[in-house]
Amino acid sequence: MLAGLIVLVALIPLFFVVGYVFSIGWDEAIALTWRPRVGELLKNTGLLVGGCVGLAATIGTGMAWLVERTTLPGRQVWNVLLVAPLAVPAFVNSFGWVSLTAKVEGYAGALMIVTLSYYPLVYLPVSAMLRGLDPALEETAAALGFGPWHTFVRVVLPQLRPALLGGSLIVALHLLAEFGALQMLRFPTFTTAIYDQYRSSFNGPAANMLAAVLLLSCLLLLTLELRLRGHQRYARTGGGSARDIPRRRLGRATAPSLIAVGGLTALALGVPIGSLVFWLVTGSSTDFPVGDLAATTATSLGLGAAGAVLTMTLALPVAWLCVRRRGRLTMLLERSTYFGNAVPGIVVALALVTVSIRFARPVYQTVVLLMFAYAIMFLPRAMVSVRSALDQAPPVFDDVSHALGSGPLETLRRVTLPLIAPGMGAGTALVFLAIVTELTATLLLAPIGTRTLATQFWSNTSSIAYGAAAPYAALMVILSAPVTVLLTRDRWRSMPV
Amino acid sequence: MRFNARVAFAAGLVAVTLGVASCGSSKSATDEGNGSGDTATLTLYNAQHEDLMKLMVAGFTQQTGIKVNMRNGEDFELGNQIVQEGDASPADVFVTENSPAMTLVDSKGLFSKVDDATLAQVPPQFAPADKDWVGFAARSTVFAYNPAQVKATALPTSIMDLAGPQWKDKVGISPAGADFQAIVSAVLSLKGEPATAAWLKGLKDNAKVYQGNSAVMKAVNAGEVSSGVIYHYYWYKDQAESGANSNNVKQLYFGNQDPGAFLSISGAGVIKSSKHQGEAQQLVKYLNSAAGQKVLADSKALEYPIGNGATANPVLKPLSELSPPTVDVTTLNGPKVVELMQQAGLL
Repeated sequence: MLAGLIVLVALIPLFFVVGYVFSIGWDEAIALTWRPRVGELLKNTGLLVGGCVGLAATIGTGMAWLVERTTLPGRQVWNVLLVAPLAVPAFVNSFGWVSLTAKVEGYAGALMIVTLSYYPLVYLPVSAMLRGLDPALEETAAALGFGPWHTFVRVVLPQLRPALLGGSLIVALHLLAEFGALQMLRFPTFTTAIYDQYRSSFNGPAANMLAAVLLLSCLLLLTLELRLRGHQRYARTGGGSARDIPRRRLGRATAPSLIAVGGLTALALGVPIGSLVFWLVTGSSTDFPVGDLAATTATSLGLGAAGAVLTMTLALPVAWLCVRRRGRLTMLLERSTYFGNAVPGIVVALALVTVSIRFARPVYQTVVLLMFAYAIMFLPRAMVSVRSALDQAPPVFDDVSHALGSGPLETLRRVTLPLIAPGMGAGTALVFLAIVTELTATLLLAPIGTRTLATQFWSNTSSIAYGAAAPYAALMVILSAPVTVLLTRDRWRSMPV
Repeated sequence: MRFNARVAFAAGLVAVTLGVASCGSSKSATDEGNGSGDTATLTLYNAQHEDLMKLMVAGFTQQTGIKVNMRNGEDFELGNQIVQEGDASPADVFVTENSPAMTLVDSKGLFSKVDDATLAQVPPQFAPADKDWVGFAARSTVFAYNPAQVKATALPTSIMDLAGPQWKDKVGISPAGADFQAIVSAVLSLKGEPATAAWLKGLKDNAKVYQGNSAVMKAVNAGEVSSGVIYHYYWYKDQAESGANSNNVKQLYFGNQDPGAFLSISGAGVIKSSKHQGEAQQLVKYLNSAAGQKVLADSKALEYPIGNGATANPVLKPLSELSPPTVDVTTLNGPKVVELMQQAGLL
């Protein structure tokens, strides 16, 4: 019952968009959808998603192979540095580049910058998978006369498919929702166009129709990924022989490989960080309004913590139900919460603005509404971590506890919660990180006078006050860094970002 | 690990409590505001430049003791928001950069009449005939160009020229912004719908799209695009600071009552559903009073004050030399402009 209610809340944006399309009628819906601008946006969005997913998959897999399977010097360090770009939000990366040169504006620059920001989303799952593969298969392939390249393509790559597809899907969904980075690079996609419409007409029909098309694209992607993933099983039966796979000697390829990894790190990490430092030191509009900085940091931290706890609280009952009361209905419930992953912040925000104005006036323009937007968007992140934690806490412990005379609450407090606490901590941290760097929903829903690091950064870059924007960006990077470092640890690798 | 999770959890709980507490406190603040007397706090929906409004509001609070909360946004964003919110809008006063959004709110009957004493502070052309809102500042459209790329002989004589093929890829605009949309509304009012639609279509082919007028000027300065359509004060503001984004930019005032010489009016009005009508009227009155206009003129905003007897910053080209077209402010239509721009593919 409770879980059902939570899922209904998570689905508000979907209901809203579908309802909206029906309410304005087919004629107007079609007039607003079949126009050249929508075609242009579709083309831009498609080219960007296609190009970036391809590049990110190639770079992510290549780097994962270098770090996990070869004798590349300094692998431990590279492993951290290759994940580190996740600590730099894409719009800060974009800022780093565009504030130095306007040459990165347009498609080529946008493609490069989003790839640099998002390839770790492929690198993380692929490298985790590479590490867990059973070497026996590759040895068999070698024994059957396959060369190294052949073995990789025919044996390793197929086994990487779930990680590769999962990572690519997440990259694609991030791109569909990306706003700040692309707006700065003057590369219009659906999300930036919806924001432009919002600025010119608040929640008018054109904005909502664009949102409907965007939502449809996201759902198509989700379906496509499910299709491609297929039903094959990739797990090995039994533990196999857990041993290390012999690393490939790079030999003469060492120097070029180092240059590739180093170059990538320089572009993905060096340029944005260097640019931030440059603006912090030399920007003409730089000053350090300590009071403002402290106040916005506190707001961001507060929103992040409160939002993360709310999201986790909502995720807990749904996850518990899915794990402990398996069935068709509960699976449907679980799947529905993942839907939030595919809904860009701008769509969530637009839906909540209209719904709250019409039906929930008391929460309109309050922190409560913003919290719900965060919860809807980031519920999947919390769900995944609590679910896997619950999976690993066998229900038999509950039975034992009951048998020893503990009531349900006592069992929850003394047995279940301690067991899943690490998973909850992980999920809470991920949601927290996501909220601290969230821009679009916060721009639309923040109550009067609420300024976060992200919105202050955005308002300064919009008026080209690069120096004034830099301290806010730096603070976001600093806040994101610890969680990102955690992601490089094995047990965190499978976490969705 | 468990320890970390506990700490995170505890921190989260503290934050939730704080969050709830702050919700509670903000609610009680508005409750106090509902009572009459000197504790009233006004909510201002502000689409003007935030730094300018902060100064003017500070002057007002100093003079009257009335506190003002600002919600910042764009003309049409906030205008449409007020329309959506209808009778339950939290806004007491609405202030814009350009008048079309005022006309939008007015068309839904959501403004109270402005006090006559307030209207008497500005020349009559700066307020609509129905007296539902009043202007308090003005800005002139300019053609900003990079003289290294546009020769003096090749300069356009009218903003309408910019739709011609010779300007392909040479004009920078910020079509999502209310400023440019106000300029389009002037073209629409002066030239009619078919001519405006054709002009926008030409611009769609010719223009490079930027986010905001500052970005347009910066691009012209850097030679990324040879010219742009913006308002006058971006150049003056940058010159006053360092000139880093404007030293390679010259400004052409079209004059001759060309649509491109359009003088856009920033408006202020009292929301009908406001529970603080008296205080809200006071705020609007302050904005174009001698004191308010002096704050505007002395600020770094470099917009034109329009109150009777107010003098603009002497660096600006005098208002009397601009020769703007005569436009009845009530004919400047926002929604129609957005629709035409959507059809042209600029939005």
